Amino acid sequence: MNLIGFENYLWLASALFCIGLLGALVRRNVIILLMCIELMLNASNLLLVVFAKMFGQMNGHIFVFFSMLVAAAEVAVGLALIVLIYRKFKTIDSSFLDNLKG
Amino acid sequence: MDLTNIAFIAFSAITLICALMVVLARNPIYSVIFLILTMFSLTGHYVLLQAQFIAVINIIVYAGAIMVLFLFVLMLMNMNASNEPNKSLLWKVLAGFISGGTLITLLVIYLKNMGDIPIQPTNNSALGAALPPDFGYVKPLGKMLFTDYVFPFEIASILFIAAMVGAVFLGSREKRTDN
Repeated sequence: MNLIGFENYLWLASALFCIGLLGALVRRNVIILLMCIELMLNASNLLLVVFAKMFGQMNGHIFVFFSMLVAAAEVAVGLALIVLIYRKFKTIDSSFLDNLKG
Repeated sequence: MDLTNIAFIAFSAITLICALMVVLARNPIYSVIFLILTMFSLTGHYVLLQAQFIAVINIIVYAGAIMVLFLFVLMLMNMNASNEPNKSLLWKVLAGFISGGTLITLLVIYLKNMGDIPIQPTNNSALGAALPPDFGYVKPLGKMLFTDYVFPFEIASILFIAAMVGAVFLGSREKRTDN
């Protein structure tokens, strides 16, 4: 029934991860940076599900579950911080947020 | 050609194109919409991989909660104007080299170790053990979550309380941000 080789999933997940990495390096909008981090997290989630199927055990699904929980908490706090930054500095361009640079 | 293969190719193409459009779109609203499309195609992948519960919570948590949060913040701050300045060309080329190099490194690692990866899995698991008939269902997952992984589960609840308190605290102090 399922004739898809697992190596196809490896290539797909690494391509997805590298697209997310490219976005995190190129874009300057902080919200899009967060979204690119979500892309990379999803690539790792996909690989965890693939390995769970490959080994026939469901522990990978539990790890995906916890990864989604952590991503949700991260996005909640991160977006609250972004709203604060926008209120204080009137910008969310990451290249202007360099107050801590020595 | 098998229907599963066609579905895999279609979902992969949608995933990669929408992920690229997340990065390339000028308007942040379009980026969020394409990220939602990416989540939906990844859900299709999870269904193909017999992870039904993960597919459902991927739609509910990611496409339902997180993406709505992104859209809400974007529209609240009225940032759909695409006035984001470009980074310098040197930095773009460098970023392309970094991410492309990561991709090539990963592919070389996979190709070197390809003998360990089963190429054509059957309906059984690739390593010989048969898949249990309730693989990916809620019942075995819940059993595992509340027996073997009950301590990380409780830690996750503490993390959520901390995140909720932090988000409420950060969001409700607009009167004191100017001093």
